[in-house]
Amino acid sequence: MSSPVPAAAPAAAPSAAILQAKLWYWQRISAMVLALCVLVHIGGMIYAVRGGLTAAEILGRTRGSFVFAAFYGIFVLACAVHVPIGFARICEEWFGLTGVKALLVGKLLGLVILVMGLRAVYGVVA
Amino acid sequence: MSAELLEVKVWRGKEAGQFVEYQVPRLESQTVLDVVTHIQRHLDPSLSYRFACRVGMCGSCAMTVNGVARWTCRTHVAKVAQGSEGNALEIAPLSNLPVIKDLATDMREFFDKWAQAKGQFKGTKTRHDEFEVVAPESPKRAAANAGIECIGCGVCYASCDVVTWRPAFLGPAALNRAWTLANDVRDNAQKERLQAVAGDAGCHVCHTQGSCSERCPKQIEPTAGIAGLKRLAARAAVRGELE
Repeated sequence: MSSPVPAAAPAAAPSAAILQAKLWYWQRISAMVLALCVLVHIGGMIYAVRGGLTAAEILGRTRGSFVFAAFYGIFVLACAVHVPIGFARICEEWFGLTGVKALLVGKLLGLVILVMGLRAVYGVVA
Repeated sequence: MSAELLEVKVWRGKEAGQFVEYQVPRLESQTVLDVVTHIQRHLDPSLSYRFACRVGMCGSCAMTVNGVARWTCRTHVAKVAQGSEGNALEIAPLSNLPVIKDLATDMREFFDKWAQAKGQFKGTKTRHDEFEVVAPESPKRAAANAGIECIGCGVCYASCDVVTWRPAFLGPAALNRAWTLANDVRDNAQKERLQAVAGDAGCHVCHTQGSCSERCPKQIEPTAGIAGLKRLAARAAVRGELE
């Protein structure tokens, strides 16, 4: 049966309200960027694989390409903003972490995504 | 009608308890509330449950019927009965609320959250002032109208997974109420209300799963109202009005 419900918390402190409102719009904005990036990415892949796919062909297209670096750099940045916020929520609701700890875990994951993502972009562009 | 008798399992006890089986004669146009009433009047007078109007206005008879929160006075047995003979019902108290006894839940927490979400109208005019003219077709009035028919039955609250995961979450009904007031041009407690409903116990923890909108017997969409509150909170945060 349903578990007993503890006494309701008082209304959110203004700082918590501001933090959550900001997290929400950052996640919203990053989601919009990601939606666009995914479409371009899939379109680019379909275009790139017409007539076969080789590492040499890909690197030939990406090496020294400022457009490629800028596009995937933004893609990685959007991921690094979007994922930590959602992951912090999962940590709070599934693993019982408190808000600050959950956000810290999220930020660490965001940092990993940022470093690995930018390293991958550098790897195919440089 | 396939079977003459309904096989009804009813939750008996408090948080700890068990389902007890009853056999109830099946009737034409029978509601789930009729079934519960039959059990109490003819089979076991110690059964506790709550109801008042019997016509879908008061919001007091909501229960969990075959795993789904419903208003029992307007739920026909024929539409929800399960089993091979279509005659099985399992009736339990609403989820996410403490059980007082049998099918009656403690609704205090649910309604306290309406107060926490600043669900009271705060106007500035007195009886000596002229009426405020609000155009019915204005977008704000239309948004308020979409949510004001709530009867406070608690079906949305019991259906919300986020309430289960985060007991401090204000829940769909309280936030729907706040949204209707956020669209009331006569109300002047907008800032306080937005501060109360934003944050990690308020609109921002809603995952937009939509169970509340799916289950609301009045076809209200709390999910849409909560999304509206998130937009208002974001705008206010950017303008520094949430401080």
